[in-house]
Amino acid sequence: MNDAQMIQTDLDSVLSAEELREIDAELSHVPYKSGAAIDALKIVQARRGWISDQCLQAIAKYLDMSAEELEGIATFYNLIYRRPVGKKVILFCDSVSCWICGCDSIKQKITDVLGVDYGQTTEDNEYSLIPVPCLGACDRAPVMMVGDDLVTHIDEAKIDELFADKTNNSGGNT
Amino acid sequence: MEKVLTRNIGADLKPTGLNAYEANGGYQGLRKALAELSPKDCQDVISASNLRGRGGAGFPTGMKWSFVPMGDRCTPGHKYLVCNADEMEPGAFKDRLLMEYDPHQLIEGMILSAYTIGADISYIFIRGEYVVAIQRLRDALAECYAAGYLGDNILGSGFSLKMYVHPSAGRYICGEETALINALEGKRANPRAKPPFPQVSGLWGRPTIVNNVETLCNISHIIYRGADWFNSLGVGEDSGTKMFGVSGRVKNPGCWELPMGTPIREIIEDHAGGMQEGLQLKGFLPGGGSTDFLTHEHLDLAMDYNVIGKAGSRMGTGTMIILDDQTCPVGMVLNLIRFFAHESCGFCTPCRDGLPWSRQVLEDIESGHGQAEDLETLAYQIGYIGAIGNTHCALAPGAMEPLQSALKYFRDDFDRHISGGCCPYHTTRGA
Repeated sequence: MNDAQMIQTDLDSVLSAEELREIDAELSHVPYKSGAAIDALKIVQARRGWISDQCLQAIAKYLDMSAEELEGIATFYNLIYRRPVGKKVILFCDSVSCWICGCDSIKQKITDVLGVDYGQTTEDNEYSLIPVPCLGACDRAPVMMVGDDLVTHIDEAKIDELFADKTNNSGGNT
Repeated sequence: MEKVLTRNIGADLKPTGLNAYEANGGYQGLRKALAELSPKDCQDVISASNLRGRGGAGFPTGMKWSFVPMGDRCTPGHKYLVCNADEMEPGAFKDRLLMEYDPHQLIEGMILSAYTIGADISYIFIRGEYVVAIQRLRDALAECYAAGYLGDNILGSGFSLKMYVHPSAGRYICGEETALINALEGKRANPRAKPPFPQVSGLWGRPTIVNNVETLCNISHIIYRGADWFNSLGVGEDSGTKMFGVSGRVKNPGCWELPMGTPIREIIEDHAGGMQEGLQLKGFLPGGGSTDFLTHEHLDLAMDYNVIGKAGSRMGTGTMIILDDQTCPVGMVLNLIRFFAHESCGFCTPCRDGLPWSRQVLEDIESGHGQAEDLETLAYQIGYIGAIGNTHCALAPGAMEPLQSALKYFRDDFDRHISGGCCPYHTTRGA
């Protein structure tokens, strides 16, 4: 077996039967396969947390696209992660209303408590910190999402409460 | 005032299920249309109502719909209705409320809109972060299929419609309707060149209408109660009611349904409770992050599309962002330009390279490293990036709106940063 064949074979076994079934469901209502590209990325990410190179190549192959084209799509969107993320992603709103209401100092507080900056994941793999465009809850600013939960009216006390089990020396990595 | 869009949204903020929605007159507009009105009748009512798009541009909804080819003028195949629920404009928080607490109002409006333009497939394109709204809309869709409001032969009328909730993978530019269509097609969300307009060639090359959540929420009420009733709701030039919001350091930030044409002062002082203790109003963006600043002298203007337009800004989403006297205007504009530079799709040069350049100049000024000629550079950028026609879409010109008006109204603040070599607000901003 040459290298090309080996890559081929490996890619066919990357996606689970469940993932393929969900992707097939999306394919049933698009006129051509690449039309389900974003949905397929979301389906795989929902199970694995992020999109590895291997997953990207496997999805591209399944959708008759080049990996490069799919990479262009994957990296375009804020909520498709091409690097591993923690169990929960903190989407921190740093847009204008939250900024006026003091989100800069809140962000600093999170960094102090969790030991991570934007783009980093805590060493225990619990949290990744990412900035997000305006979360549409400006009347309750400052706000952020922790996993699927919207946290509003954040202040330093709320950060202490949310991350009470964290020390400030957990350190960060990308 | 009569509540229309928020009639089912009580102080307890309980989501409205199908039973509660029907008990308060829900789906009567749909029943009336399917029993008594042709699509052409519905089109005429919406045109006569003078409803204007609530997503920001204010384009007349009836006129937008009228460009969809109907009957023999349309080639065989699907037509699409898409709800733009990608609420990502900085400072906008009205559609979230409508979807979380009354999802059926949106769905009924969409079914009626699809009936009017002859669409058989519809999508709610919603930002992925709106987890609660996504779930409530999905639950509501399941209720609708079970009750016969969606699917084949709706209420025995012969009209059929499928509806899907499509969570976005996240990007501000998806709010631009042709970029949204590309995202729905699984592509990068670069806006398309127009023409062809989506009404003729949109999703998968088929006729497509894209409308904002709040626009669509109005439809069932207009169909049921008529254009004259809707026209009577506004207190100024424009028809209907509007979700107006205020954020920033006011006493009572929030979002309220008020008549179109409500004076700005009433919204900020009565509903938002005025400024927090110790703060003065310095200026405000009337309709989200990509609208021009207005100031004290504009407080008595009516929130109508043309009135705000004549004052040099835009009503946009109707959600205002307040600048107080202890928040740095340069820092605020820098925050906005940083946002727009990050969210540029990268397709055209003035936006992709121009906005980061503006951001750099503003960072220099804000950090105390600005030079006198930086203001000329900003003026040059505003003239070049802000001119409609130089860019592929309206993102970059929109980004220039708060910048150009900040330079007009808060020029002193820019000068103080440059002459003093530091941000004069940092002592009170705590940044």
